Amino acid sequence: MVAATPTVSTAELANIARTLRSHVVRMIAAANSGHPGGSLSAIEIITALYFGRVLRHDPKNPAWPDRDRFILSKGHGVPALYAALAESGYFPVSELTSLRQVDSRLQGHPVQGLTPGIEASTGSLGQGLSVGVGHALAARLDGKSFRTYVLLGDGECQEGQVWEAAMSAGNYELGSLIAIVDSNRYQLDGAVEDINSLAPLDAKFESFGWRVIDVDGHDVGAVRVALHQARESHDVPVCIIAHTTKGKGVTFMENNNEFHGKSPSSDQLQVALSQLAE
Amino acid sequence: MTTANALPMGLATREAYGQALLEVGTANKDIIVIDADLAKSTFSWTFGKVFPERFFNIGIQEANMVGIASGLASSGKIPFISSFAAFILCKGFDQLRMGAAYPKLNVKVAGSHGGISIGEDGVSQQSVEDVALACALPGFVVCIPSDEHTMRAAVRAAAEHDGPVYLRLGRPKTQIVHEAGVHFEFGHSIEVRDGHSLTIVANGLLVAQALLAADTLARRGIEARVIDMHTVKPLDTAALERASHETGAFVVAEEHMHHGGLGSAVAQALVAGTPAPVEYVNLGDRYAESGKPDDLLDKYGLRAKNIVSAAERVLARK
Repeated sequence: MVAATPTVSTAELANIARTLRSHVVRMIAAANSGHPGGSLSAIEIITALYFGRVLRHDPKNPAWPDRDRFILSKGHGVPALYAALAESGYFPVSELTSLRQVDSRLQGHPVQGLTPGIEASTGSLGQGLSVGVGHALAARLDGKSFRTYVLLGDGECQEGQVWEAAMSAGNYELGSLIAIVDSNRYQLDGAVEDINSLAPLDAKFESFGWRVIDVDGHDVGAVRVALHQARESHDVPVCIIAHTTKGKGVTFMENNNEFHGKSPSSDQLQVALSQLAE
Repeated sequence: MTTANALPMGLATREAYGQALLEVGTANKDIIVIDADLAKSTFSWTFGKVFPERFFNIGIQEANMVGIASGLASSGKIPFISSFAAFILCKGFDQLRMGAAYPKLNVKVAGSHGGISIGEDGVSQQSVEDVALACALPGFVVCIPSDEHTMRAAVRAAAEHDGPVYLRLGRPKTQIVHEAGVHFEFGHSIEVRDGHSLTIVANGLLVAQALLAADTLARRGIEARVIDMHTVKPLDTAALERASHETGAFVVAEEHMHHGGLGSAVAQALVAGTPAPVEYVNLGDRYAESGKPDDLLDKYGLRAKNIVSAAERVLARK
């Protein structure tokens, strides 16, 4: 288990990110199915949240009412989250390779109420930001200070419901809500830009009343800084657009959309693990 | 014995919904009410004007509304969300599936203007498939109260029930079928008239029509039992089994399409336990049209006389 020390350094975070990546490719290879591309692109975001002292949470008490909420709206990236939850102590690391097996708590997409630490059942894209609005409204109603983080894919932002939620979050001035877009520029069938471009994504969120922060989504130190900046915002919701590379960390997966939803072969797994060990 | 001729006109069930929301929301501060720009039509505004801090009109965003309810319920609130039945179930179905049914959350869904009795607005606003959709959500309680008293009781029961609930509300004023203090529990039907020739199982507006039909049948020496099967899921199979033994024939009447509603549920239960012939009074496999509610109920065969004909057919098969 990775211990998050109070003064965790950027180098330590980078090491944790490497560990999580190794878990991801191992898990997906063991299941012989899953989504490596969009899991690997989200690693630094999830590392900074769980190990960069951003999320206020207690792995021994997942239902703690004052915990920060993290909702993985891009549910297909869940291997990255399972890896972080296991390394945080929500469940044993040895359980990770049960991913996608019968009787496993680690379903192919996140399931609320089944896996400790999972806050929403997702996998049908476009829904997590609305759920986040609900949590943020509950916090306001109860006078609680917890934050709600929602991680979306960029392709996912083609879903209309994302903009319904963005509109209501802006109008309710939900300063406790933070959206992070894992902008890896690809969706299943190809490049987001070619299929149904989101540009300008920052201006879209800004026009809905959000503050937008752009960040290199693989500079884990910069991501941590952006997340802490977002925590300082109390008047309006914040959207962090994290510019990422699909399949990041494994050379033959990077920007190779074949690995959107395909497991590495056993040979490819060995190559991937050796690259991640370097 | 309840006779239909004596039934007084009561409130629309949607109006009773609003009153009951105010009642349960006064007692329980965890109750949050959300509407999608139809608060004055669904009567959720009855709550909203008294408790503005716990009322959210989120605009014309049914999918977002269901998602927000999912988040509120996950953080310990009891959200009651309302819109027209046609919109909240059709536009919010995936969100209800992922955000209420699958995680078994405490989300209460009120679909107003159910059936064709909404009238002139026509098919886009007429919900004829909502019961089938709601029943297809695992773990949902699906309830179609027949009058203002059972509507109020259903809202109280929904507030107490731990899990997702669908309530169908109606637009027109509705005859009062039950006593104000009627005992009400989800999954427990109410026998509103005893009889041993056949059983008429109905819910919503069709309960009053069933009582009217029972009067007509009685004049011909046919004693029809009438059951208000307000909860389609979970279904009161014990009452059906008893009725099958004691009456041996059924008419199922509802303001819904033929597939997936009360008729399907009753037939499925009877076949599994105590088979008996069944005839149906419903919309069939079609949409209706614009028109005055009474004209539509006449044209599309959702009247007492249609129940009487169905009773004659089923008795011939007994």
